[in-house]
Parts: sequence; structure tokens; C-alpha cells
Amino acid sequence: MTREQELQSYWKQNVTYIVILLSIWFTVSYLCGIVFIDQLDKLRIFGFPLGFWFANQGAEVIFCLLIIVYVWLMNRLDRKFDVFED
Amino acid sequence: MSITTWTWILVGVTFAIYILVAIRARAVSTGAFYTAERTIHPVLNGMATGADWMSAASFISMAGLISFMGRDGAIYLMGWTGGYVLLAMLLAPYLRKYGKFTVPGFIGDRYYSQGARVIALLCAIFISFTYVAGQMRGVGVVFSRFLNVPINTGVVIGMCIVFFYAVLGGMKGVTYTQVAQYCILIVAYMIPAIYISIMLTNNPIPAFGFGSTISAGGAEILNDASTQGRYLLDVLNGIHKDLGFSEYTAGVRPKTDLFFIVLALMVGTAGLPHVIIRFFTVPRIRDARASAGWALFFIVLLYTAAPAVAAFARTNFIKTVHNVHYDHAPQWLKNWEATGLIAWIDKNGDGIMQYGPGKAITGKPKYTGRSGHFGQALVSNIITTDPNELYIDRDIMVLANPEIARLPNWIIALVAAGGLAAALSTAAGLLLVISASISHDLMKGVLMPSMSEKGELLWARCAAAGAVVIAGLFGIFPPGFVAQVVAFAFGLAAASFFPVIIMGIFSKKTNVYGAMTGMITGITFTTAYIIYFKFINPGANRPANWWFGISPEGIGAVGMIINFTLMYVVSKVTPEPPQEIQDLVEKLRYPVERAAGETKISTDARRPY
Repeated sequence: MTREQELQSYWKQNVTYIVILLSIWFTVSYLCGIVFIDQLDKLRIFGFPLGFWFANQGAEVIFCLLIIVYVWLMNRLDRKFDVFED
Repeated sequence: MSITTWTWILVGVTFAIYILVAIRARAVSTGAFYTAERTIHPVLNGMATGADWMSAASFISMAGLISFMGRDGAIYLMGWTGGYVLLAMLLAPYLRKYGKFTVPGFIGDRYYSQGARVIALLCAIFISFTYVAGQMRGVGVVFSRFLNVPINTGVVIGMCIVFFYAVLGGMKGVTYTQVAQYCILIVAYMIPAIYISIMLTNNPIPAFGFGSTISAGGAEILNDASTQGRYLLDVLNGIHKDLGFSEYTAGVRPKTDLFFIVLALMVGTAGLPHVIIRFFTVPRIRDARASAGWALFFIVLLYTAAPAVAAFARTNFIKTVHNVHYDHAPQWLKNWEATGLIAWIDKNGDGIMQYGPGKAITGKPKYTGRSGHFGQALVSNIITTDPNELYIDRDIMVLANPEIARLPNWIIALVAAGGLAAALSTAAGLLLVISASISHDLMKGVLMPSMSEKGELLWARCAAAGAVVIAGLFGIFPPGFVAQVVAFAFGLAAASFFPVIIMGIFSKKTNVYGAMTGMITGITFTTAYIIYFKFINPGANRPANWWFGISPEGIGAVGMIINFTLMYVVSKVTPEPPQEIQDLVEKLRYPVERAAGETKISTDARRPY
């Protein structure tokens, strides 16, 4: 594989990560927190209706985790394709 | 010591810290003025971004807003955090790689067009001024409430402080003061939140206490032994039902509208220039990614506590005030009545305070200066026929918290210092955007390209100084439209910057024609919709008249979709961008472009933090 092709696949991999992580982002906020909130509210987690919890706290905390995962994945990917900054 | 003395001490100490930091972090080059020489550690930058982002509105008003909106209030929690995921994955690392000073600078270069740059810089200035006006007013309001200083004097004091560290220190000074301001505001927010959580539920973490059962002590505070052992939210729902409100955990706004508002807020956040430029200050591309994570972490600390504060405050408020005789009203109620944030109108003349749905009076309370039969302050407002007798300003939910929790005076003073920190830090970030847009993009970029670095720095300082003065004037003479146009800032950022930057990075073929058509149409559409419903025909601002049920707050999301679509279609049918632009986009995508096997990189000289 030439360097050109290598960099191409680096970018492709990055875009794949983004698509997967943003689908989760969309699910926890727009789907769980807005669209299906009434259905989820029938379930409970401690004192919270589940949909209410997603909208108020769950989505925000999961957003944080998503960035952590992305940072970790990208640092690994940078090393693998030798574009890691020393 | 009294609250006022403590407040003067704490405000004085925090202001002294900001000034000291500013003197130590003086900017002497344009690099330092715009990007703090790109030497900020990602964790510090995360804190600075947190303070930059959380404004007077987040600190003082958000919890109150949520407590009146119930479940629908979560749109602010999701909308104001979700944008950081987009920043971390779609914008920050690539814009940092590009390595220039401003957002309009990137747009101008990427679309090889001065026209695009000018549109972008006008947007940046407009968005920032809209936003900054509210901050300066916020400073004045905090001063007047806690220190009995006239609002205008408060604004002037705030102006002097910001003037000092923004003009002198530029980004470098602002960054370090923002770090200090974050620490102050988070402590000021969390201590009362933790105390109230312990009081009501025995759980020291507000975010968990919110979903716990009410403790024995909590039931005593609420004057209702039957609430002990029941989930707080169930109790609150019960209270709401009894008073004729819809349940606290049930939503009332239509879902389409909520969806679009959240989208507009998230995308708007990611497109706000004062947030984006914070990521230009870190040394490496991977630091920009990590820094977005830290920023969100620091923001979520406050944002997970806010809905808890909202629910605690609402339960406590209704339980200790509704159906209670004014003579037995809690002390904090009487204290805050004096500031115009609470008013009681004894409509049925029984001396007992009744709360319920609907407005008690029209507008904000205007006191006549006389006292009523029970010692309550009388108002001259038009009194409605609703049975509700209480006017409650939403800001009370945060401001009165420490008193409700019976915390010592110095903590009440700390809340004042925290509110000031939140307002000043955001104001400073916005002033930098205005200053850089004028000095770097307009003067150096368009009008006087041959200007020396020294000349540019002088322009930057003058522009910052001018912006401080204008922002202060906005604070002293608040234009009536400020509250109406906050939605504007997000809508405009969503409809202009976000799509143009994303396409600029992720699509090599997007050209200047697409970008210009998209940007102009997106901005015009969003502006027209908001202006129509907010200014030309405010009477028609009802769900029945909105397009597809989307309110002016959420219309920026539609503007963004229009922008994206046009950019794609127009770029398809017009000549593709020159090769060197496509190469530039290619380069943005990799943190370093070294050949395989090479270990050291030779990008522009970097200093470690």
C-alpha cells in the first residue's frame, strides 16, 4: 500500500468512527429524549421515568463518554497510521 | 458578617485575581492575542471553554427555567451539551490543524473568496454582540441584587474589569482568567445544590438525589410527614396535579418543535465562533479532541446538577409557600420580595398565599412603595383574574437557593461572585471574537493587507476596547429586543457557520458558489422567519401559524438543512474548486503529513505547555 492509500484508509476509518458514534448521539438524545420519550417514561430507573432521565441526565453523560471513546479510538488510529503527533 | 460585606469581600478578591492574572499574561504578539500562542493544556482549555460557554443565563436562569417548564426544559440541557460531540468529531481538530486565527479566516481561505470572508465576519460580529449585550446586563443585575448598587454602576464596574484583561491580555489573559472563573462558578453552584440535596434526600450528589426518596429531615422541611420515603419526583408530580398544573415529568410542547429546537441549539453551539476559537489555543490536534471532551465534562458537572436544583427548588417552594399565611412565610421570601423577584397579591383577602397555574399579574412587579394589610409590598400592575396570587421570577430558583438551604452568609456571597464570573467570562470570549473579526479579518484581511503585526495588534486592542464600550452601552440601555434575539444567535450560527465549515472539511468538491448561495439563503431564511414572528407580527407567534409547527427558536435547524442542500446541489453543477484548495482540504484531514518511517515532525515551531 502506498502512503497515499494508507492515508485514504485512515480517513475512511475516521469517518466510520464518526458515523457510529454520532448514531449513538442521535439515539440517546433525539430518539430516547424526545421522539420515544413517552414510551420510555413507562419504565423507571430509581425515582426517574426513563425517558425523563435520558433527557435530563442520561444524554449529557453519554455525550461525554462518546467523546472519550472517540479520543481514545483516534489516538490509537493516529499511531497505527503513523500520523501521531509527538 | 452581613451578606453585603461578604459579597464585597468575595467580589473584590475574585476581581483582584482576574486583574493579577491579566497582568501576568500580557499578550505582546498577535499569536498571543488571538490564540494564546497555542500553549494551553487541554484540561485548562476545557475549563476555560466551560466558563466561556456557561453564561449568566446558564448560571442564574437555567435551573429556574427548567423548574417552570418541567420535562420540556430538558431541551436546554441536551441542546447546550450535544454540540460538543459535534465539535470534537467534526470541527475542532480540523480547524486547529488549519492553524489560522479566526473562523471567517478559514471560510475565506477555504472558499477562496473575500466575499465569503466578509459575510462570515459580519455574522460573527452580529452573533457576538447579540450575546454580549445580555452578559453585561447580567453583571449589572447581580451587582444590584447583592450589593444594592444601581444596575448601571454595576455594568460600568464590569466593563472596567473586562476592559482590563481582554484588551491587555487578549486570548492569553482571557484564557487564564476563564480558568479561575470556572473554578469559582462551579463551586458557587455546587455547594448550595449539594446542601439542598442532602437536606431533602440525604444524598450528597444532586444528580442522584433528584431520583431518590425524601428523607425524614426533608419531610420536616416540606411540612408534610406523608412525603417521607416517597420519590421526590412522585411527590412533585402529586403537588403539580393538586394545583392544576400538568405533571412535572410530563411534556406539553409538541415533539416536532422540541426536536428542531434541540437541533438548532446543538448545531448552533458547534457553530458559535467564541466556542470554536477556544480550540485554536491547544498545541496539538489530538489536544483539540481531548479538550472538547474535558470542556463537556466540566459543563456536564453543572448541567446534571441544574435539573436537580430545579426540582428541589420547585418542590420546596410550593410546599413552604402555598397555602401558608403570609405571617409565617419563610424569611427568604420576604428578603427577595424587596428585590422585585417575588410578589404576593392577596386577591381573596385571606392573608394566605395561594399558588397555581396562570399569571398573578401582568409584567414584572412595579411597587407602589406602600405596604398592604399583612406587610406585603403592594404593586401597581394590572391584576389578573387567575386565582394564582404569587409572582415568581425564575432567577429566584438559583439566587435564593443558599438562603432556602439556610447556608451561611459567605456562601450567598459566593453565588454572587459565581454569577459575575459566569457573565464576565462569556463576555470576554465574545469580545475577543469581535476584536479578531475586525482587526484580523476586516482590517488585515480585506482593507489593509500590508499592515505590520504591530499595527494589527494595535487594531486588535482598539477593536476590543471599542467592543467593550459598545457592550457596556447595551448593558446600560438594554435594547428591548435582547431577550427576543438570543434565539437569533443560535439560529444564525446554525444556518451559517456550521454547514459551511463541515462541508469545507468533509467535501473537497464544495466550491465558492455553493457556499455563497447556501450561506446567504440560510441566513436570509432564518432571519426573515425570526424577524417576522418576533418583530413584525409578534401576535402571530403561535404554534398554529408556524411552518410545520417549528417555533422561531428551532428555525435555525431548517436554515441549516437548506444551507446544506443548496451547497451540495450548486457545487454539483458549477466548476469544482481549484486543485490547491482540494489539496488544502486533504491536508486538514491528517494530524501530520509525514512519510512512513519518519518519526520527528517539522510543522511550525511549537512550545510545550
